[in-house]
Amino acid sequence: MCLIGQILMDKTKLTPARILVSFVTAGVILGALGIYEPIYKYGKAGASVPLPGFGYALAKGAIKDVEKYGLIGAFTGGLKATAAGVSAAIFFGYIMALVSKPRTKK
Amino acid sequence: MAEKKLGQQTVKFNNPPSIISTASIAGIKEGEGPLRDYYDMVLKDDLFGEESWEKAESKLSRETVLLSLSKANLTPDKIDYLFAGDLLNQIISSSFSARELKIPFFGLYGACSTMTESLSMASMVIDGGYADYAVATTSSHFCSAERQYRFPLEYGTQRPPTAQWTVTGSGAAVLAKNGNGPYVKFVTTGRVMDFGVKDANNMGAAMVPAAADTILRHFKDTGLSPKDYDLIATGDLGELGGELIKDVVAKEGYDMGSKYTDCGIEVYDTEKQIDVNAGGSGCGCSAITFCGYIYDQLVKKNLGRVLLVSTGALLSPTSSLQGESIPGIAHAVTIEMG
Amino acid sequence: MEKKAEKNISNDFSKMVNEKNPESTLLKDCILAFVIGGLICDVGQFFMNLFLSYGVSNDDIGYYVAAIMVFLGAFLTGIGVYDDIAKYAGAGTVVPITGFANSIVAPAMEFKNEGYVFGIGGKMFVIAGPVLVYGVSSSVIVGLIYYFLMR
Repeated sequence: MCLIGQILMDKTKLTPARILVSFVTAGVILGALGIYEPIYKYGKAGASVPLPGFGYALAKGAIKDVEKYGLIGAFTGGLKATAAGVSAAIFFGYIMALVSKPRTKK
Repeated sequence: MAEKKLGQQTVKFNNPPSIISTASIAGIKEGEGPLRDYYDMVLKDDLFGEESWEKAESKLSRETVLLSLSKANLTPDKIDYLFAGDLLNQIISSSFSARELKIPFFGLYGACSTMTESLSMASMVIDGGYADYAVATTSSHFCSAERQYRFPLEYGTQRPPTAQWTVTGSGAAVLAKNGNGPYVKFVTTGRVMDFGVKDANNMGAAMVPAAADTILRHFKDTGLSPKDYDLIATGDLGELGGELIKDVVAKEGYDMGSKYTDCGIEVYDTEKQIDVNAGGSGCGCSAITFCGYIYDQLVKKNLGRVLLVSTGALLSPTSSLQGESIPGIAHAVTIEMG
Repeated sequence: MEKKAEKNISNDFSKMVNEKNPESTLLKDCILAFVIGGLICDVGQFFMNLFLSYGVSNDDIGYYVAAIMVFLGAFLTGIGVYDDIAKYAGAGTVVPITGFANSIVAPAMEFKNEGYVFGIGGKMFVIAGPVLVYGVSSSVIVGLIYYFLMR
């Protein structure tokens, strides 16, 4: 996974942000098509920790909630499934910003 | 034609202003570089005792000017004009430094070409008879430039091999109507050139057309050639740009050969110092190299005549995002001891 | 430069730039990215196994692992280590969710000087924002398509 990212970073002039966006979107699409499921079963954390796993969780959550709650599920499912990661990132990000300062690069 | 103009873009001074003193303050990484013995001061802490990188850069600029004045036994009230600029939005480092210095102030923006831009303006003002003393200065800071142009410092990214490292440092030069040299003899003012380079990680290449244009124009206007110079130094083209410009200028029949160097290559040891990749960049790059090393060599007469060509990339984060290519600018100043 | 010379050079210029352009050290970069990215996922797997052994259900395990990995990414960023690893690992540290945490924490720390609301609050998602925008939007689209196709 990271290998593909590195090739993209070195070979193209894409910025990391663009790569992240395309990775997550790719994860969503693969998740929706049901392709990511077997990868996840096989790779476990190897497939859930990288960002396409994040996209996969978004897609899976949306589908699950649609099944459960109908149309509104399309809007609730994605974020619900990824709430832990996003909230953790915001919370820890805030805490880290409070306690530490950026250092100059050596 | 104007009385003091020479050719299309060059000014010849009838009463060449003298650079009576210079000062340079460099950051930690620069202080580990090959020119460390020539700086007046090397920071122990890149924050310089301030709270933010911007405040640190402004203090850097202010302290450098004060140091250059004290080396010339002058005080700020004796100075007629301060010409200063830097990389930050609305050139805050320079104007906030001028807020404390209380010297009549012209703020300049020429990106990394500001050292020769300010030297040009200061020289013209003095030769024109409008001033006895003028100060030319510029500064840059790796951390403040990085957060404005690229990413937050702690964000994990890799720098491509063509990327350059913004110099933390400031250089100031005090110019006077009368003095014992070295003297500013010619000024060739550059045009903005853009050959369509869009890669902000390859600014050296983007500035080559402007630097080449100015150098060639300078030779044509003055009738001088590389053999008349002991040193031809561009500002921050880096390793890649340095190679390119030699080729481009040679194609027009001027072989700069071993006379040529680039401040961005001199300021770091690109072999040993990790992550500087293609060399230094930023306003401070040609500023500390000129005000430190080159000035010292001129005074000691190890160098007789020097052509300093600071180069600037006139991009902004907004223009890059909107897909614009990177325009370049370069100003050349001839400084000689004789 | 004369007009003609200028045109000549401008024609050759992009070719000259490309010739001088050094290659990224692709192979070495890829190995480093693969190894370090793999190690990060191994850490994730370790926590996954750990939580599973404590009886966390299979459905919820993702939340736990995501939260703990985000914490690790944030912590390493906070102590100023993440960018040092990233220098070598490249995409190996960008692609895992720890990189997502890094992209949120780094600007939050950096812009603290601009205040707690507009600095930390406003700039936190400068880099990660697009990831959420496109990720969430596409998940909504997926949900909608699923609703209309499957019902």
